[in-house]
Amino acid sequence: MPTTKTTYRKEDIWNLLSEVMDPEIPVLSIIDLGIARDVTITDANKVLIRITPTYSGCPAMKAIEDDISNKLRLNGIQHFDIKKDFSETWTTDWIPEEAKQKLKEYGIAPPGKTDSSDDFLSSLRTSGRSVPCPYCDSNNTKIQSKFGSTACKAQYYCQSCDEPFEHFKCI
Amino acid sequence: MSTAADSITTQEARYEYLLRLADDRLILGHRLSEWCGHGPILEEDIALANMALDYIGHAASLYEYAAEIEGKERHRDDLVYFRNDVEFKNLKLVELPRGDFGFTMARQFLFSAFSYFLYEQLCEVEDEQLGGMAQKHWKEIKYHLRHSREWVLRLGDGTKESHRRIQDAFNEIWTYTGEMFYQDLVDELLQDEKLATDLNNFKADWEELVTSTLEEATLEVPDFDQFMAEGSRKGLHTEHLGHLLAEMQHLRRSYPDADWQ
Repeated sequence: MPTTKTTYRKEDIWNLLSEVMDPEIPVLSIIDLGIARDVTITDANKVLIRITPTYSGCPAMKAIEDDISNKLRLNGIQHFDIKKDFSETWTTDWIPEEAKQKLKEYGIAPPGKTDSSDDFLSSLRTSGRSVPCPYCDSNNTKIQSKFGSTACKAQYYCQSCDEPFEHFKCI
Repeated sequence: MSTAADSITTQEARYEYLLRLADDRLILGHRLSEWCGHGPILEEDIALANMALDYIGHAASLYEYAAEIEGKERHRDDLVYFRNDVEFKNLKLVELPRGDFGFTMARQFLFSAFSYFLYEQLCEVEDEQLGGMAQKHWKEIKYHLRHSREWVLRLGDGTKESHRRIQDAFNEIWTYTGEMFYQDLVDELLQDEKLATDLNNFKADWEELVTSTLEEATLEVPDFDQFMAEGSRKGLHTEHLGHLLAEMQHLRRSYPDADWQ
């Protein structure tokens, strides 16, 4: 059993959270993905962590919560509460550039910047932006399926290097 | 129509309003989940299951909020598993059996288009929690709309067989679309307090999007003024809802204290 710590700083908690990886995309931490929203330490030294799901029905939320709990306990922090916030509007724009690079190296085409133009209805008639292949950078790729192995990904195929790949949907 | 509901309080109206939103999403999510393992192609199997997951996620947050507003210490799961069919307030449109793939996509398109306009307005209500949820859900709804609209075009302007099937689906389902725009005291009371949106604000936009899409898909647009089914917001349903609930609720009712832990 790790010794129980009673004093810690916010930075210590953030450092621990940076070691909690997303269960579906193990190269990114829950901080990279913008899932961990904020950390507060109460006067009674209780740690409060607020997390938000990427998608409303993301089934990994329970696993993420468990992983955070384990990480804190293993580091001697027993007095904490994890609050799930379903009302925050998560966006792929919260993923920093370095994390997008890690996604690419892992073989998942990272999301581009979200489209700020509000004219969604007329965009229904146009085909989406091309997604470059994470392996050979070719733009000669084709969408296979708008939905993928997890809520946050779509399936693509590269017609230059003949590799299928996943794209982290841009929302 | 004058009913006992004349004396509804704001709290009761808010609970009822959230329940209607949540029930639509839970029941459609359940119908979509029935496709899991039965999709016409693998990609579509995954797409339908993904959309089902989104809807169940939307419903879960709405039920949680509804239970909080109700203030009777009920858990969101109580609302899902321990209410009977007459207490469900979802549209008949979403409870109809999934039919063939054309039927599923015709319904998906009509409902997604409705949800797109509805949620666009819900983002603006003076209820921070509902508005916040709406913004998150709206992104996912847009994705559903894009996907289902493409399928309407593909099936309508596809083969003779696909055209016939999706045209039949629209003809059959049309009578269930009128209810989407039904409003009563619940809506009116909340609209006055800016806690709900007036569905008439976007009825014409919805009709225009549906019409232009069906025309592009070389389909005939059924008559918007035809006879429309009604009553579901008051708990009147088709016989299909009871069967769906029996399957969805039976395990939880057999073992009411069962827990995942």
